[in-house]
Amino acid sequence: MTEALTAFLEATVRTATPLAFAALGETVSERAGVINVGLEGVIIAGCFGAVVGAQTGSLTAGMLGGLAAGIAAALVFALFVVGLRTDQIITGTALTLGALGLTGTLYRAVFGTTGAALTIPTMRPVPIPWLADIPVVGPAFFRQPVVTYGLYATVVMVWWVLYRTHAGLALRAVGERPEAAEAAGIRPGRVQAVAVLVAGALGGIAGASLVMAQVGTFAEGMSAGRGFIAIAIVALGRWRPVGVALAALLFGGASALQYLFQSAGTQLPYQLFLALPYVLTLVVLAAGMARAHPPAALGRRELGNH
Amino acid sequence: MTSPLAPRVASLAPMALAVALAAAIVALLAAILALSGFDVAPALTALLRGAVGSPYAIFSATLVRATPLILTGLAVALAFKGGILNIGAEGQLLAGATAGATVALFAGESLGAGALLLALAASAGGGAAWAAIPAWLRRRFGVLEVISTIMMNFIALYGVGYLVRGPLQEPTRIYPQSSSLPAATHLPILVPGTRLHVGFALAVVATLLAWYVVRQFAAGFRLRVIGANPHAAASAAKLDVPAVTMRAFLLSGALAGLAGGVELTGVTYALYENLSPGYGYTAIAVALLAGLHPGLVLVSGIFLGALEAGAASMQREAGVPLVLVSVVEALIILAIVGARAVLARRGRAAVEVGT
Repeated sequence: MTEALTAFLEATVRTATPLAFAALGETVSERAGVINVGLEGVIIAGCFGAVVGAQTGSLTAGMLGGLAAGIAAALVFALFVVGLRTDQIITGTALTLGALGLTGTLYRAVFGTTGAALTIPTMRPVPIPWLADIPVVGPAFFRQPVVTYGLYATVVMVWWVLYRTHAGLALRAVGERPEAAEAAGIRPGRVQAVAVLVAGALGGIAGASLVMAQVGTFAEGMSAGRGFIAIAIVALGRWRPVGVALAALLFGGASALQYLFQSAGTQLPYQLFLALPYVLTLVVLAAGMARAHPPAALGRRELGNH
Repeated sequence: MTSPLAPRVASLAPMALAVALAAAIVALLAAILALSGFDVAPALTALLRGAVGSPYAIFSATLVRATPLILTGLAVALAFKGGILNIGAEGQLLAGATAGATVALFAGESLGAGALLLALAASAGGGAAWAAIPAWLRRRFGVLEVISTIMMNFIALYGVGYLVRGPLQEPTRIYPQSSSLPAATHLPILVPGTRLHVGFALAVVATLLAWYVVRQFAAGFRLRVIGANPHAAASAAKLDVPAVTMRAFLLSGALAGLAGGVELTGVTYALYENLSPGYGYTAIAVALLAGLHPGLVLVSGIFLGALEAGAASMQREAGVPLVLVSVVEALIILAIVGARAVLARRGRAAVEVGT
């Protein structure tokens, strides 16, 4: 039983890692007043970038490939949403549609249409001495790929930047009262553009970690709605980094449940487990939105006197 | 001061924009093909041939594909017009197809021709029921329908996946699909000798109805007012915004569900997971390309139907992946929202100069 529980928790953290990266990035962007529904497209771009980068045989190159592709996708979004002030939701939907199609096309163009699974180097778990030996939770949290440790650092860093730096203050001001921020000498458009690009970088890392620490190959549409789940996670975590990380764990757990039930030998249809994270998203959004306070200027197109 | 010429020039602008847009789309498509390492000329030739190259291509490929696109495009246009960001046409289509298949399979033999009508009604009801969940979540809890409708798409996909391997699977239990529908529940062919079914006529009628409703009736006026400014609609026009929104959401779901029913009884004749190659997502491009105008949805639906039919032939003849179409659709959406933003900014600048 302990063994099954350890395996379940380990799978929880592993599946939560890409979700948490993407959701932390989205937190940054939403705190600046920009909701990027194109996060799904950013993640799939990151997946593809990672596969291309990993062709060199280097994990670092794979990570950088994912990062660059995520930023590139976010750049398109920033140009339209921040530059032209187009509708955030519709632009994001187009970004997702386009990125899913482009990665699918490029994948077949670059790696052939045979459909043979492409194998790339994957990240192995690196146990942290002492911590990994703690019963049950030790292996779950401290016998993970390096990218998961990077996630722990990212949570702290996003928290620190948002709440302990001038840049973070400016960012939150733009998300709440863009007119006031502008009066205080902040350029809302510039802040939002940077926030969207940071979110793109983290979304790209999310895609890269999905490929290199979880799946080990690329498949068309492999992001499978994670971008949208991440947006729900941000709301559940109340737009706060630590809350968002915990919410991501909850969703990781929902996805990992299938391993637990499989090992218990249940006869329940597997589609039930595949659908579970999406149902959970609806439930937590319903429960969470009632008392949540999203950034006041979230989704607004016009920012004060332009 | 505006000269009499100005309005005419202004009415020409969208046409010029549309032509420029079409040219830009073809150029971008060619660029993507070239960058992906395909031969551009044969690929584009295959695209044209597959879309409009022969009567067969027009009736059996383009218009057959346009049918669900028009219906789901109407669904999206109506919802967007009312300020509802329904991205869930895909799930509502699947729910509609599932409801239609269930009725057709269980009542098809006994009810005969009536079963077809009943199945189509059930599909509209199924789509509306699937839309009712996000509609209720929005009204009761303020859940963003953008996210909830997308979640419902995935749930519908896995739901159909379960049904066609479980309760609705065909009797031999080999294939993940339902039994074939009884012949009485197949939609009649519209143009003899082609695959074009009566569903296309149904889509045209739905277009005219939607156009008429949005233009003529108080219902359409309420919808437009609420879509333009829900706060003013509630305070100045004393409209029951949640009730109108709920009705528009359900109607949108019903149209998408009907698209599923029509695809089921007109094309596939059985329920399976990949019943829709993403019609519900393409519908967003259809609706936006039409400027959310129900009448123009018919035109943009046929245009994107032609594009998809052409892409299918491009895949067969030139090995170009079908997913390339979604890149083109995304570019169309971006071009439209971008152009509209630029035009709006110019318009505002002109007003400011004038005052």
